Amino acid sequence: MRRKKGKLRELHKEGFSRRDFLKGASMAVSTGLLATPKAGATAPEQEPGVLGPGAVPITLQINGKPHSLKVEPRVTLLDALRSRLDLTGAKKVCDRGVCGACTVIMDGRPVYACNLLAIEAEGHNLVTIEGLSTEDKLHPVMTAFINHDAQQCGFCTPGFVVACKAFLDKHPDPTREDVEHGLGGNLCRCGTYAGVREAVLEAAKTLKGGRANG
Amino acid sequence: MAKCKYDWPEASDRRLIGKRINRIDGPAKSSGRAKYTYDIDLPGLLVAKIYRSPYAHAKITAIDTSEAEKLPGVKTVRVIQGVGKEIQWAGDEIVAVAAVSEDIADDAVRKIKVEFEQLPHFVLEQDLQQAGDHAKDAGGEKSGDPDKAFSDADVVISEGFYGIPTITHCCLEAHGNIAEWTGENLRTHSSTQNVSGLPGQIGQALREQGVNVPDNNIETICNYVGGGFGSKFSPDRWGIEVAKLAKAAGKPVKLMLDRNMEMEVAGARPSSYAQIKVAAKKDGTIVAWDSHSWGTGGPAGTTMPPLPYVLNIPNKVTRHTSISTHTGPARAWRAPNHPQAALLTMCALDDLAAKLNMDPVEFFSKNADLAGDRAEVYRQELRKAAELSDWQKNWHPRGDKTGGTIKRGLGVSLHTWGGRGHNSNCNVTIHPDGSVEVALGSQDLGTGTRTVIAIVAAETLGLPVEAIKVTIGDSKFPASGASGGSTTVGGVSASTRRGSVDALDQLLAVVAPSLGVPADQLVAVDGHIQAKGDASKKLTWKEACAKLQVKTIQTTGKNPGQCKLGDSGVGGVQIADVSVDTETGLVKINKMVAAQDCGLIIDLKTAESQCYGAMIMGITYALFEEKVMDRATGRMLNNNMEFYKLAGIGDIGELVVHMMTGPGYDERGTIGLGEPPVISPGAAISNAVANALGVRVPTLPITPDKVLAALEKGGAA
Repeated sequence: MRRKKGKLRELHKEGFSRRDFLKGASMAVSTGLLATPKAGATAPEQEPGVLGPGAVPITLQINGKPHSLKVEPRVTLLDALRSRLDLTGAKKVCDRGVCGACTVIMDGRPVYACNLLAIEAEGHNLVTIEGLSTEDKLHPVMTAFINHDAQQCGFCTPGFVVACKAFLDKHPDPTREDVEHGLGGNLCRCGTYAGVREAVLEAAKTLKGGRANG
Repeated sequence: MAKCKYDWPEASDRRLIGKRINRIDGPAKSSGRAKYTYDIDLPGLLVAKIYRSPYAHAKITAIDTSEAEKLPGVKTVRVIQGVGKEIQWAGDEIVAVAAVSEDIADDAVRKIKVEFEQLPHFVLEQDLQQAGDHAKDAGGEKSGDPDKAFSDADVVISEGFYGIPTITHCCLEAHGNIAEWTGENLRTHSSTQNVSGLPGQIGQALREQGVNVPDNNIETICNYVGGGFGSKFSPDRWGIEVAKLAKAAGKPVKLMLDRNMEMEVAGARPSSYAQIKVAAKKDGTIVAWDSHSWGTGGPAGTTMPPLPYVLNIPNKVTRHTSISTHTGPARAWRAPNHPQAALLTMCALDDLAAKLNMDPVEFFSKNADLAGDRAEVYRQELRKAAELSDWQKNWHPRGDKTGGTIKRGLGVSLHTWGGRGHNSNCNVTIHPDGSVEVALGSQDLGTGTRTVIAIVAAETLGLPVEAIKVTIGDSKFPASGASGGSTTVGGVSASTRRGSVDALDQLLAVVAPSLGVPADQLVAVDGHIQAKGDASKKLTWKEACAKLQVKTIQTTGKNPGQCKLGDSGVGGVQIADVSVDTETGLVKINKMVAAQDCGLIIDLKTAESQCYGAMIMGITYALFEEKVMDRATGRMLNNNMEFYKLAGIGDIGELVVHMMTGPGYDERGTIGLGEPPVISPGAAISNAVANALGVRVPTLPITPDKVLAALEKGGAA
């Protein structure tokens, strides 16, 4: 029992719980329009480190490729992905860091794209659902979602798949309890959790097999 | 009975029907490639936003849109409801703005100034005494002699108050549309459950508002919809407005609701409360029912749920009061009025069983004859659900008498639904290259509609599922019904079956001469056309289709039509096993079991998913969901997903689904499944909590504060 609790705490620390997402959210708000040093350099006429309110040029590193665009500092990462780059796999649902439908991976950690400004994502390595598969090859998490019918309307599914991928990267051998805790930051309305639970466990096996084989 | 030509194959001949088959749009959805209305972008697309009423009841006295119009990037501003209009709920549409970006449209809405004369509002209906003029008698029924039955000295009587509040649909893809005019033609991308029906509704509304466009000039497209649950049958006022904005701006316009408005105005399942008295003989035979129910569905009030539910109690009297409130109008929510009826009926009867000191599974089995034709189905399902929940071992009389602060309990509920297939037309096309396409103006809400169509065509033509191209989601295809009331699977599976049988007949006629076998002696199996009982005379599917040369076979399949392919009317039993923490009031689901019939199952995997999903949605409304209205402002307080709680992956416990199949079920043909399994969870969980605590928590959702309040009145702690 004690061991399990320790494990849960560890999961918490690594940032997969909803509470940690919210903590991240408040950080995003408090940094507000303060830019990263790199982006700040592009607005010399203003006070150091302050951007906007007009559009500023940024470069986002997404799925291994740089994308240059101009956005107002108020534009969220999610809106930039969806409206500017046509990366529509991440969905806008709650728009306030609750439901996880907009989950993307930033520097190996799952984040809510609706809770980050696009300018804050500059200089970070982003992976979206589009970066996890090609036309001919699905990610093992996607295959597991299909096999266990972990999707109905499918609107929460890309966010769930990305969150599962990030979760399994850190927890390659999860228990069902770990899965229920680690994926608590993604909500589904159709009720696909039973399938998701099975899918994550299957994907863990497939991914481990893949690693073992090379 | 002679076999009818379109009949479903016999069990021994089914290769695909009834098996667990992956949904065919799974890869598109899980990879994020599926494009929903929300995801669609068009050249020059404008984004629209709406100024909405901040008041629940008010008269508009002045509107000033001049500042909004001056904002750079704003293309069109339209007043939807002008000066003098009386607003009946907060969030109602007043002015629409289309601009070059979402942010600018939001900025423009903030610059609109509207003045109101505030009027008194009424938004809280649970206490009937407060309703005053808002309450209207909505009739009732009487049969048998309830007065006499209740006064019989030999009966046990139980009385109680029960209720279920208004909840919202909370579709993850908010309601919305894109409108695009090309000359006199209008194309909409709509998040809808009603692809074939939408153009007619949009056309009629536009013509009534002075935009002269015939229905034939309107096309609606919806390849993927991010949840509907009954709330997306109509274009809504914002769907008409977006077409007018697009016409005025000369550019396509997209209007999706923001989350707060999705919660406030685009979803509402009516509330239902009731004071109920029930009586049974000492042996457990239910003899009498007396209920006075009330509830609201917004401005239009409500109709009475089907009370008493499932069981036709011989002596009964019912009365309903409809309450109009200044809240967003009700919409159909999975199994309209049934979850309410189940909660009211099954909780009242469970309390009666407790008073009789009877095991509720035994009590419902004993009274199953009151369910008429389906009595035996309920008995079988009660046995199955009891077995899968270890009822014999885990159930105890009211109140968990074991020590400690965590109390465990089990509860049961019964439900019913119709689910007959809707009208459906489809085109089945066989091309000379062997490719097969089924096209119809249907939609897949996530229930597996595409997959069911593919399975039926593949089964009929002797092909693998992957060989069938299913094209839905466009109103230009043959009309198929709206997806509501569990009518889709029955409709599309029957039309596809009839169209596919006819198409195969035509192919067999073409192929017969070259095989030297009469067409009626040919069959399609395992990717071949071959002689019955003589596998030496055969062609591969591709070779057979090549005989068409340049001809293409196209048939139209219809429902309704010849031969009985479906039916109406199902049962269903669910059992919940919960633990309640008597110190914190938290309810935890240990396990839920569903035993569900739905006639002939086409895809067992997606059918089971419907049940799992419905149970999870049921856990959500049993424990978390309520549209909380504020007495002072008349507004919804929890119009976001932070405070409008949905269950998460850790809240659902173990779920067990058992589909009733085989003789007695399969020969009924297809019957819909979307509604039935979502009906019972509220009642089953409420009964399980009462069993754990020894006291009833009278209303859903069963939140910790209500558990603790109930415990103060008695029970286990």
